[in-house]
Amino acid sequence: MKTTLLLDIAADAVGDRRAVGDLSYGELRDRAQRAAAWIMDQPAEQVAFLGLNGPMVPTLLFASGYAGLPFCPINYRLPDDRLNALVERTSPSVLVVDDEMAGRIEPHNGVRIVTLSDLEAELSSRTSPDDWAERDNDIAVLLFTSGTTGDPKAAVLRHENLTSYVMGTVEFLASGEDEAALVSVPAYHIAGISAVLTSIYGGRRIAYIAAFEPAEWAETAAKEQVTHAMVVPTMLDRILDSVEHEDKPLSCLRALSYGGGRMPEPVIARAMKLLPHVDFVNAYGLTETSSTIALLSADDHRAAFESSEEPVRRRLTSVGKPLPGLELEIRAEDGKTTLPPGESGEIYVRGPQVSGEYLGKKVVDDEGWFATNDGGWLDEEGYLFVEGRLDDVIVRGGENISPGEIEDCLRGHEAVADVAVLGLPCSKWGEKVAAVVVRKGNVGEEELSGHVRSRLRSTKTPEAWFFEPELPYNETGKLLRRVLKDRLCDDEVAA
Amino acid sequence: MKYKPGSRWKSVVCSAELVVVRPPKGDGELACGGAAVIEHDSADPAGGDVDPAFSEGVLIGKRYVDEGSGIEVLGAKPGEGSLSFDGRAMSLKDAKPLPASD
Repeated sequence: MKTTLLLDIAADAVGDRRAVGDLSYGELRDRAQRAAAWIMDQPAEQVAFLGLNGPMVPTLLFASGYAGLPFCPINYRLPDDRLNALVERTSPSVLVVDDEMAGRIEPHNGVRIVTLSDLEAELSSRTSPDDWAERDNDIAVLLFTSGTTGDPKAAVLRHENLTSYVMGTVEFLASGEDEAALVSVPAYHIAGISAVLTSIYGGRRIAYIAAFEPAEWAETAAKEQVTHAMVVPTMLDRILDSVEHEDKPLSCLRALSYGGGRMPEPVIARAMKLLPHVDFVNAYGLTETSSTIALLSADDHRAAFESSEEPVRRRLTSVGKPLPGLELEIRAEDGKTTLPPGESGEIYVRGPQVSGEYLGKKVVDDEGWFATNDGGWLDEEGYLFVEGRLDDVIVRGGENISPGEIEDCLRGHEAVADVAVLGLPCSKWGEKVAAVVVRKGNVGEEELSGHVRSRLRSTKTPEAWFFEPELPYNETGKLLRRVLKDRLCDDEVAA
Repeated sequence: MKYKPGSRWKSVVCSAELVVVRPPKGDGELACGGAAVIEHDSADPAGGDVDPAFSEGVLIGKRYVDEGSGIEVLGAKPGEGSLSFDGRAMSLKDAKPLPASD
């Protein structure tokens, strides 16, 4: 089943309904088919895209599908050398680029560069193809991973993966005509792709902002009467700063989902207090799983928020329950033994939405299980707690320590604005626990050590403390631990 | 295999349109309103009446299943006829909606 089918059946059923911006479903399909006819004339095997959010994203996503080529959005925030290295890897391709970004691209063999305005002119000079022959291809989208730990890998998302995710989680055209989703996550992030597909299939109008900026986000939400949105945790915190002094902030908004990183409990608690009319949904997923694999519903949020029982209250920091369409297990270090509730291990998933594949390399096991490289555990009721990347686990004297738990503990201190915990090389223990704290009050090492020691074990109490004005994040809210770690290691050597 | 996942079909006796989500395990005939459905892009003339025995309707966005064969279809456009596979009435699949997460 192809992603273009999602648009086709929606356009046939509700052709006049608005799909994205001012474009109706019928117009979006027509544009995508004209773009597909143009793509088929190019000597290309991929459709690369370098640009901000806008109607061109769904146009090219579906056009690539019709033309039978993978759509490959590229991260425009990369420095020019890394950006050009990725563009080179898409060859032979056609690269559609925002006019303002075209100057950043060097000539590459086999890459035809076309600016957005040239493509618009091309599209308006073409009529819709009469004898429409859609081409088949299994791969719908290629997304380069953020490469925080090495060279970016091209994650493969097949039509099969994406359509099974969409059809397994969304009811066809079940959204009201008054519903609109605000998409601020870039197209090169899996959430930017899944937002297009689930909104189109569900019948929810897409409103874009070109790139995330908190005040613009709130303004657009009001102007476009946005009812649904997805944000990453750092975005939510900044949106709250931006709207907290308003009388009735974000009054049209009904549901806000968040994911793509660990949500600090104080931020979500603040959001629930400030926006009591909004349903909050926590979604956990990876590029390699076609977006969401577990979610914490609005009811779960409220139950946890109102509970005084610790096991229920702490579910506010869980990612909820796995989706019904897939299987999820926690496995021990051997990768085989399934662990019971309460025990930490690696999160494994299996199901049709799971691609578990990079270009040229399938990484699921013989039985179809994908190792997420995320640590986590399930509670007795099946709620999943994600502890973070296994690469980030600190091994101190043979004991595995997850930074997430210590970070959560420190965030609970009133003078801590943000914190990162990581392992630094240490001759005695192999690694020692280090904390990098962004303060919002007057607090020192001694008090924070005591705070952690009284709540967690002493081995989990950081031995090295650093105080910094801010932490390094990438634009989609991922903490750049490697950058931080390298800097601290250099500092330690220099000292 | 005739009823491939993703293949599109239409009723000849009403306005219903369908997409196959899961194929049947063996052979059989998918019908709407008591008459075999035809391919979505087929130019075959529609005609005839909905059989009163299969007249409960197809709803848009709902899924219908036949447990015997395993076939599952999506209502892509609504119609007056109801679905059957090899003469067995198909049932509405009960699915709990999930909250939006994208």
